[in-house]
Amino acid sequence: MKRVLVIDDEPLARMVVLEYLQGFKAQIEVLQECGDGFEGLKAIQQYQPDLVFLDVQMPKINGFEMLELVDQPPSVIFTTAFDEYAIKAFETHAVDYLLKPFTKDRFNKAVEKFLAQAPVVHPAKQTESLLEAASQSPAQHERIVVKTGTKVKIIPVNDVEYLEADDDYVSVHTPEGSFLKNKTMSFFEQTLDPSTFVRVHRSYIIKIQNITRIDPYEKDAHIAILKSGAKIPVSKTGYVKLKQVLGI
Amino acid sequence: MANLQSTFSKIRIAFVTGGLVWATLLTYVVHSFSFSWYIAVMDGAVCTLLLGAACWLINNNLKYYQPGKGSYINLFFWCLALTAAATFGARWVLPYIISNTIYTNFHVQSITIRFFTNFLAIGWMALLSMIWYSQLDQKENEKRKSEAEKLARDAELYNLRQQLQPHFLFNSLNSINALIGFKPDEARKMIHQLSDFLRGTLKKDDQQQVTLPDELAHLQLYLDIEKVRFGHRLKAEISCDDKCDTAILPPMILQPIVENAIKFGLYDTTESVTVSIRAEIEDNYLTMTVQNPYDPKTARPRRGTGFGLSGVQRRLYLLYARTDLVETYADDNIFTTIIKIPQLL
Repeated sequence: MKRVLVIDDEPLARMVVLEYLQGFKAQIEVLQECGDGFEGLKAIQQYQPDLVFLDVQMPKINGFEMLELVDQPPSVIFTTAFDEYAIKAFETHAVDYLLKPFTKDRFNKAVEKFLAQAPVVHPAKQTESLLEAASQSPAQHERIVVKTGTKVKIIPVNDVEYLEADDDYVSVHTPEGSFLKNKTMSFFEQTLDPSTFVRVHRSYIIKIQNITRIDPYEKDAHIAILKSGAKIPVSKTGYVKLKQVLGI
Repeated sequence: MANLQSTFSKIRIAFVTGGLVWATLLTYVVHSFSFSWYIAVMDGAVCTLLLGAACWLINNNLKYYQPGKGSYINLFFWCLALTAAATFGARWVLPYIISNTIYTNFHVQSITIRFFTNFLAIGWMALLSMIWYSQLDQKENEKRKSEAEKLARDAELYNLRQQLQPHFLFNSLNSINALIGFKPDEARKMIHQLSDFLRGTLKKDDQQQVTLPDELAHLQLYLDIEKVRFGHRLKAEISCDDKCDTAILPPMILQPIVENAIKFGLYDTTESVTVSIRAEIEDNYLTMTVQNPYDPKTARPRRGTGFGLSGVQRRLYLLYARTDLVETYADDNIFTTIIKIPQLL
């Protein structure tokens, strides 16, 4: 028996999924319906389901942002009306995706595909690579969603002062404190706007608007002093990049 | 263009006529100093030919080169040089044709006055040509500019109207799909609402203004569809003065604003959302106020949404050539959009 969650902010859209799932009563048990990403996140952490039907556009945090916060993401079948950026990511990484409105036949195929492959693929890995691919969508570059304890915090990219590598995590520094995000430095280097965020060091990405001063420091190295007073080391190559972006 | 050609040939005739008159006058003046008709005609013909050549040169020069503001002085020197060439050319050529010492003396004595009359004629020609050609240039520019503007406007209006959110359409179809199973009557009702709404968007001509009640009826269709999709989470309040019944506005101008309000309202909170729409008439303006709750901490920057407020602003600019008709305010947790539509009374 596979355990399933349905996450969509439109009640009627959830009803379609539930109705179509009636045909799989023997193999699939629906644990809960969720109306937004927060409920969804809580339910996923609580039940550790095998499969999630997930809408992308939802209030507060979207489907991708919600998945980013899950420690061990389950397999996902996306249900979405229209998303030109995400479809590519779905094609290669999701179990399947359903474009609304979808037929029962199409739905059955997606569920059967999941049931057939479930024991083979490691769902967490698959979902992580999906998120990596979905981050190409420009909507993903405007904010960073993090989890602090049980709470979810949405950080607009504009509020970020600098990013610092921290083992397997990246520490996102903001005026309100710093938050850990389960991503790599190169992920942020690639997705953040390169005219604003510069990777000045192997372990640091800074927002150039926050720099007040750049001082020389030892041989070939520099130190950037930010508005908040933080001192960030700048490597030799980082200094070259910084000069390019600042146009000096 | 044929018109322009005939203008040019008329100018050529005028130019030749002017030359003949000039030559005749000069001949008459020289003759009145008791020289023979032969001498007078030769003088008149040679001087006028040289002057005509100078005028033609300056005119041709200005046809291809319009002096900028700083280079009028160059033009002045050009005129001086041409005058000198015409005057001293005649001084050099005429003695070869007329071997008469009295006449030669007369020509030398009158050289100053000949120089100045030539200069006046050439300067006048230069001035006329300059005005004429710059006007021609300007006309051409204006024509091109207005054509480009018209093209751009047509394309933009077309595009703006085409950008109906596919999200809205597909999600509505999905809701209908859900309703068909257990509430077929409601499904049918929603299909009718959706078709009425789509028909409304397609048939509207941007140049044709609609009355406020018509626009609100169209908006109501949109709101009804969205209410089916989002259920109890969405509420809408519409209030409108009696005086507004006759107010007119461009079609579909409200819908993107309300769409924006719903989108930001619904996607910015997980609770229920009330979008309020108010219409008032004030000093010959129809003022529409749309308010929605939002979360200033997490609201995404309002860019890149394609057809949002910027689209409305652009349309109002194209229609009224004004940029001050859309205002937005964000205070506390309420986002307010105000648009003003000038009422032509």
